Amino acid sequence: MRRILTSKWTKVVVFLLCLIPFFGLVDRALHNRLGANPVEFLQHATGDWILRFLVFTLAITPLRRLLNLPDLIRFRRMLGLFAFFYACLHFLTYLGPDQSFDLSAMWKDVAKRPFITVGFLGFVLLIPLALTSTTGWIRRLGGKRWQMLHRAIYISAIAGVVHYYWLVKSDVRKPLFYGALVAILLLWRLGSWISRRRSQAPVRVAAPGVSVSG
Amino acid sequence: MLIRKAPDLTYADVTPRSVYLNRRKFLQAMGIVGATALAGNGLFELASPSQTAFAATKLTGLAKSPFSTTEKQNTFEDVTHYNNFYEFGTDKGDPAKNSKNFNTSSWSVSIEGEVKKPRKFTMDEILKIAPLEERIYRHRCVEAWSIVVPWIGFSFCNLIKLVEPTPKAEFVAFQSYFDPQQMPQARYAGIDFPYVEGLRMDEAMNPLALLCVGMYGETLPNQDGAPVRMVLPWKYGFKSIKSLVKIKFQQKMPPTTWNRLAPNEYGFYSNVNPNVDHPRWTQSKERRLGEIFKRPTLMFNGYGEQVASLYNGMDLKKNY
Repeated sequence: MRRILTSKWTKVVVFLLCLIPFFGLVDRALHNRLGANPVEFLQHATGDWILRFLVFTLAITPLRRLLNLPDLIRFRRMLGLFAFFYACLHFLTYLGPDQSFDLSAMWKDVAKRPFITVGFLGFVLLIPLALTSTTGWIRRLGGKRWQMLHRAIYISAIAGVVHYYWLVKSDVRKPLFYGALVAILLLWRLGSWISRRRSQAPVRVAAPGVSVSG
Repeated sequence: MLIRKAPDLTYADVTPRSVYLNRRKFLQAMGIVGATALAGNGLFELASPSQTAFAATKLTGLAKSPFSTTEKQNTFEDVTHYNNFYEFGTDKGDPAKNSKNFNTSSWSVSIEGEVKKPRKFTMDEILKIAPLEERIYRHRCVEAWSIVVPWIGFSFCNLIKLVEPTPKAEFVAFQSYFDPQQMPQARYAGIDFPYVEGLRMDEAMNPLALLCVGMYGETLPNQDGAPVRMVLPWKYGFKSIKSLVKIKFQQKMPPTTWNRLAPNEYGFYSNVNPNVDHPRWTQSKERRLGEIFKRPTLMFNGYGEQVASLYNGMDLKKNY
């Protein structure tokens, strides 16, 4: 397993796999198979893939620990950057077809409609993460600070789920599904943070009169 | 032996393009109904089916309407494969997929409440209420997409006049068909069924309000609200209730499905109004299916000339 994970080729394969949704959409567009409302189709498809890639990215750390596969870290940056890639496409379908590339109209819309505001926030937060995703930036910022900054992905993922939840009219199954995944991944982090703090904390002396052994 | 006169041509007889139930499906259906039915009515039906398909039957002799727009119509494919009909699922493609076996035979619409002549209309009777017209209307969804559809029907006021509402009738309440057996997807929709809608009496009397039995020269496809629905082009699409089974005239303003779910988002009137935004969708613009960029939305969806006077003196920001 380790050999597979550390092989150069695996990275190439994962990279190509991550592009399948993109080329799937290009193929549909070229063959006129985007349905009656192509813009909406692209918006929904790219939106789905942002959430999926955010979930994949957030799943890396728990999976590394649970499966004892530390080498999975090699894919985290790529998955995160693909989340950003699909977020850029998603944003372009909004800025272009929805807002006719009119930036002032876009700002008004972002300020006015909560579901757009929160979606926009999720997107904007990903920008510094994408820019500082290089090894050079990790060094420049220092591991601790870099890690602090990149925790913004938690907010971004929550914002993405809320954005989706607020978009749908009444059938909330899919937003709740992504919400549950994000919640599990974030709660796992909270749990491991608490247990780490506990194990680091000095062992307390049992209160007098309380006997553990009975 | 009695020699029967040739019966009048009925709604079910007009050049069916496809037969609704084939023999096998018919037997299955009868199996569900049960052995009693099979022995009694079932066998009789099998020998001489009294009802054929309503789906995809040509409607001819349609009058033209001065209310029709000359704008480019959307394709039949788009209108039948991109729409909302939450009883059959919440995805835009779901209604087409999940309504294929929707049984609309032996349909009737019951008229109740504050009328002198409460009654039931069969589909055949509905088709005889008034001459059928083709009306090419703009149709604007609250989700900010729009289509242009050649509907077929007649002004709803023709039906109203037949049943003679009493002076107490101030509102009309509409109810859709609902059968969880035929509409298993409905349980995920997040709204209560049966779907209900309503109009003020003067709105219902407006000649633009169409009782619709078809589109694109044919009877209504299942997914677009077969066999009979309302079309109210100056209101958001969800007001145009599908697969009508009950119409009740009453003094009280009736509850409406989306208003019940989210009163801050969907009002009773729900007139197309570019100046009053839905909390989530901007209503100033819309995307016509088939177009990339959005176009401005018109007040009352462009039907102000016919309906604006209905709302004189009303604050449409409050009465959205």
